[in-house]
Amino acid sequence: MNYTTVVGLEVHVQLQTATKLFCGCLNKFNPDNPNVQTCPVCLGLPGALPVMNRRAYELAVKTAIALNCNIAEFTKWDRKQYYYPDLPKAYQISQYDLPFSSDGWLEIEIDDETGETKRIGIIRAHLEEDAGKNIHDETGGNRDSRVDLNRCGTPLVEIVSQPDLSSAEEARIYLEDLRRLLKSLEVSDCNMQEGSLRCDANVNIHVHTDDGKTIATPLVEIKNLNSFRNVEMAIEYEAVRQFQEWQETGKTFGEVLKRTFGWNADRGFTFEQRMKEEASDYRYFPDPDLMPVTITSEQVGAIQQTVGESPVDMRKRFQEAYELSRYDASVIIDQGKSFSRYFESVGKKCGNGKSAANWTTQDVLRELNERKIEIELFPVTDETLGILLHKIELDEITVKSAREVFEILLAEADAGKSVTPARVDAIIDEKNLRIVSDTGELEKIINEVLRKNEQIVADFRGGKQGAIGPLIGQVMRQVGAADAKVVREIIVRKID
Amino acid sequence: MLSATAQELRDQQECGELSSVEITSVCLDAIDEHNEKLNAFLTFDRDDALQQARRIDERRAAGETLGPLAGLPVAIKDNICIEGVTTTCASRSLENFRPPYSAHVIDRLRNAGAVLLGKTNLDEFAMGSSTENSAYGPTRNPHNLDCTPGGSSGGSAAAVAASLVPLAVGSDTGGSIRQPAAFCGIVGMKPTYGRVSRYGLVAFASSLDQIGPFARDVTGAAMLLEGLAGYDDRDSTCINQPVAKYSQTVDQPLEGLRIGVVKEYLEHDLDDGIRSSMATSMDIYRSLGAEVKAVSLPHANYSVATYYLIGPSEASSNLARYDGVHYGHRSSEFDDMIDMYCASRGEGFGAEVKRRVMLGTYALSAGYYDAYYLKALKVRRLIRNDYDAAFQEVDVIASPTTPHTAFQLGVMSDVPLSMYLSDLFTIGCNLAGIPGISIPCGVGNDGMPIGLQLMGRALEEETLFRAARMFERETDWHQRRAAL
Amino acid sequence: MTSPLSVEEIQRVAELGRLKLSSEEVSEYTGQLGAILEYVAKLQDIDTEDVEPMAHAVEVQNVFREDEPRESLPCDAALVNAPKTDGEFFLVPQILGGGGA
Repeated sequence: MNYTTVVGLEVHVQLQTATKLFCGCLNKFNPDNPNVQTCPVCLGLPGALPVMNRRAYELAVKTAIALNCNIAEFTKWDRKQYYYPDLPKAYQISQYDLPFSSDGWLEIEIDDETGETKRIGIIRAHLEEDAGKNIHDETGGNRDSRVDLNRCGTPLVEIVSQPDLSSAEEARIYLEDLRRLLKSLEVSDCNMQEGSLRCDANVNIHVHTDDGKTIATPLVEIKNLNSFRNVEMAIEYEAVRQFQEWQETGKTFGEVLKRTFGWNADRGFTFEQRMKEEASDYRYFPDPDLMPVTITSEQVGAIQQTVGESPVDMRKRFQEAYELSRYDASVIIDQGKSFSRYFESVGKKCGNGKSAANWTTQDVLRELNERKIEIELFPVTDETLGILLHKIELDEITVKSAREVFEILLAEADAGKSVTPARVDAIIDEKNLRIVSDTGELEKIINEVLRKNEQIVADFRGGKQGAIGPLIGQVMRQVGAADAKVVREIIVRKID
Repeated sequence: MLSATAQELRDQQECGELSSVEITSVCLDAIDEHNEKLNAFLTFDRDDALQQARRIDERRAAGETLGPLAGLPVAIKDNICIEGVTTTCASRSLENFRPPYSAHVIDRLRNAGAVLLGKTNLDEFAMGSSTENSAYGPTRNPHNLDCTPGGSSGGSAAAVAASLVPLAVGSDTGGSIRQPAAFCGIVGMKPTYGRVSRYGLVAFASSLDQIGPFARDVTGAAMLLEGLAGYDDRDSTCINQPVAKYSQTVDQPLEGLRIGVVKEYLEHDLDDGIRSSMATSMDIYRSLGAEVKAVSLPHANYSVATYYLIGPSEASSNLARYDGVHYGHRSSEFDDMIDMYCASRGEGFGAEVKRRVMLGTYALSAGYYDAYYLKALKVRRLIRNDYDAAFQEVDVIASPTTPHTAFQLGVMSDVPLSMYLSDLFTIGCNLAGIPGISIPCGVGNDGMPIGLQLMGRALEEETLFRAARMFERETDWHQRRAAL
Repeated sequence: MTSPLSVEEIQRVAELGRLKLSSEEVSEYTGQLGAILEYVAKLQDIDTEDVEPMAHAVEVQNVFREDEPRESLPCDAALVNAPKTDGEFFLVPQILGGGGA
């Protein structure tokens, strides 16, 4: 007797709009200043009315197109009614029977080694508003809960997958791949700590009995799994729990209504949440304050144009075109579209993908993290870095010198100077970093050094290989930017 | 001065015979004298009103161009938000609610130069036909203090009928402007749905609610609607089309006007006085060259049932927010969070509001949605189709505004269904989204006013005003004043 | 579906609508709502087989606003009508149990 885990995920993604879904309040994570991003609309004040944010709808459609969904020609908004202090209207504007998109799929890579993929069905993606935030007294006392409505009304896309995920690991990979896709689309920052990406998991198991039968266990929804690790661990735990529960009770799918569970991340277990039984009667009905939306195939096509290459396709292309490892390509792509564009531009200019990858994922990324800025604001542009790295390829400068130039460029930018590609050559000249390729000049210096160091030359001739080091050193000190390899070759040739 | 029309008061200010401060003072004095017995106003602020009036007078003296309602006092139904002014909706649940924003119509009225005189009584959250469902006591009809002024905009209607104010704003979800206008012998119009922004109107039934004017005559109503109507990008249902200059065309009679009398309504149980006034009114129109014929609205007798599913369903959702968390009444006694909701709402709402919230909650609940709410939405379309068909044959549809004249306070309050049934003639306009106007057209055997309702195609308010004014010029019902 | 409501149904609906009702109110509404439901049952006589539901009085589509910020209320204005607040947050009794979404 064994069992398969069956999982469907409901993922909530906050869209990256400037303003909320139905009002002009800022859509900004701002937990330190509660209740400053509100207005009559998102406070649900009597008399206030919602008006749909065009950008939110377009980003939602873009998301659904990238998930291979059908975009509904006609969609409408419904009220989902329940009472909770973070929901000031006591209904959430959401979509019920006519979501703006349905029937899509996301291909996930379930095996790094073999590259084996699996297509996960998307039942639907719909657009809705987020609630505010309740902050509970966690001291165990009986103090009031606090309510902050800054987040209330933020646009969310809810993406509901088919129960096509067959393990906790697959669920995690789906979520990771989905996040990568959404980030590359630039529809959401997908910051899980800040709640921009949130996940609920519908879990049950299919027990395969020894006599060849398959028995499904009752469905459980685990709420609020807010990290990849928690998704994987909670599902793992829940599957085992359901197997034990089935062995004890024999209850199967359909005999027990869907239950809602929480996940205790600190202690690693799932637990049933107390729900008022009627809470599931949401009394959906079309919101009379909002008009339906229609979209033509031309409009869908126009949005499709903005979708661009999927992260998976881009990764494969980077691996091939720039001869990158899967890991390096993923690191770049996970930094988002702008960063990937930056990398590609550098790679093309310098002509060495591996070098471009090393520089962007190490030097550039480190500087971005230290400066806490996005690539768009990085002072060394893709063009400048590309030109600089190209000079390594041409043997004009050494890698060490390139790093020096890079640091000088940053220092100059920090000092408020403008850093143009032309500065690369200027700094190389100022610092005398150019590899001397004029062998006439170089040989003159080497001859001089050899003449002055007859004893060392004699030692070398006598078989003391290490003696060449000080000779190279002396030459290098005089020419500044010679390639040590070349210097060594000339010395050896001359001495022999 | 108290019995003057809005137009007369405007003209007298323009030629310097009267100031806004004088007009406003007279109104305030009348409120002081009569409001105790009428209970038309819930709040008014003498100093604030006079200050608004003074500012208009100063601007006029300085030669500034003033808006079309300059210096005219206007009363506002207390379900329309004015920033910083208590807006109760006649509910205990909003007893101390001071909105931090103003409704679109309030901004418009201020821009038009109106003096906002005060807030008027209504049925709680506009649910009712008698203004008896107010947490702050019923309003009385100026023509007979034992009778209702109608509702839900009873305070606004009574204030205009009692000459406490020349103009007033109401809201109409199923007849809440037209029915009290009829009961009080004044003019009231529900415009086309979307003609006036609902932003800042506390919602009762969002797909039916519409703000509209009360006045002593058709011209006054036309002037006020001109001030109220216009596009607002904060209301998704607001129509973005220019507003006609109703007050400039109102005196132009309509050539070849075709009037349809609703056959189904006349088959109904009507007061004798109303039946005969209706006949007389149609004779007047014929004498003015109009063609009068019968039209049929085959689903008319289903409109009350349709309305009393859609209205309460939307209301149950719109009123869910009064849960004592972010504003409004919070009970002082409760066990936990859920109990706090239930207790706050149980204490905050009156009987009729609870009844409708219950009805709407039931109609939307699992297992009943299709049979009740969805069914009603489908019948609603059939009702609208009836109007579309009728308007192929006629320009204006006429009916009595109400089957009975104003009833005695208290007689209907125990039988909600009978009260609902009396809304039969006015509900159709709200379901179809079309405009309707009620004008005085007679007096019943009980001496109480009778209203004639004219309904028009969507956005044809101008036709209704002109047709109504044709009638008004031939009659003097609008000059009949309540003797207080 | 024309059967009058039971007291239990009225209580269930009151709970769903978060209304605390007295026992008098429960029995009053049981009768009154039952009568109203019997009355509205007449709608079942109409054939609405191919009729599109009409949820809006004006049937326009695609009403959007642009994604442009408008000024928010200051915190004190947002909280001005709150029954209980600490000056920063709305306060409610400790929340037990789940909500909805």
